[in-house]
Amino acid sequence: MSFTITKQGDISIVEIDGQLIVGNRQELKQKMLDALEHGARKLLVDFTKTGYIDSSGLGVLVSLSKKIREQGGELRLAALNEDLRTLFELTKLDTLFQISDSREQALASF
Amino acid sequence: MPGPRDQFPEARILEFEIPSDVRFIERVVEAVRAECRTMCYTERHVALNVPVALTEALSNAILRGNGERRDRSVLIRAHVGDVRLIMEVTDEGQGFDLDACLMDPTTPERLLSEDGRGLYLMLKLMDHVERVQAQRGNLVRMILNRAS
Repeated sequence: MSFTITKQGDISIVEIDGQLIVGNRQELKQKMLDALEHGARKLLVDFTKTGYIDSSGLGVLVSLSKKIREQGGELRLAALNEDLRTLFELTKLDTLFQISDSREQALASF
Repeated sequence: MPGPRDQFPEARILEFEIPSDVRFIERVVEAVRAECRTMCYTERHVALNVPVALTEALSNAILRGNGERRDRSVLIRAHVGDVRLIMEVTDEGQGFDLDACLMDPTTPERLLSEDGRGLYLMLKLMDHVERVQAQRGNLVRMILNRAS
């Protein structure tokens, strides 16, 4: 499991490779807060390589979304597979986030 | 690979005891998933229902039940059958009232909360969840029917 952040123009893209769960969500949170601290205001989480997410992973995304918005930025999500999409729908978090089918669509939407 | 029902391997029972450390969760979950895959549970069961529900139960046992105390451990027993999966997670805590702890995290007031989705997801992803007081503490039993 790993998190990588790359930049495309003024958009910071976070890739989650593996699971986003209680044991590693703090690491993701810190990485994204660091990016925010360094001026990132458009952040995209790409779930192409993500396995499963637990409730604490969902919670950290909610928390980050709030923090980023408070700083005048925006967090968007992309490339949720069917199972991850189900998680967001079950918890109604699909109404909270802007979710694109692919990274390309998400980047174009910013 | 899938074959006639009578060609399924016999039910497997997995048992683990792990310390109250969330870093041990993933290896337990992967072991149970692997057995579910062998018993031809659906892709969705293997990719979503089992790992998320079991992770939630283990996380609750470690963080809430055992308070992350080093002198406490968590027992896991998974019966992976061709009809149903039964997972039992036992911590050394006082236990909790499942009904009282369950709240709907999808209401407008709670949607922005960072917490409160764990039990809800367990109940949504498993066919049956119950909590019983066990000899050594608190046991949460989750059942998933292979045909569901």
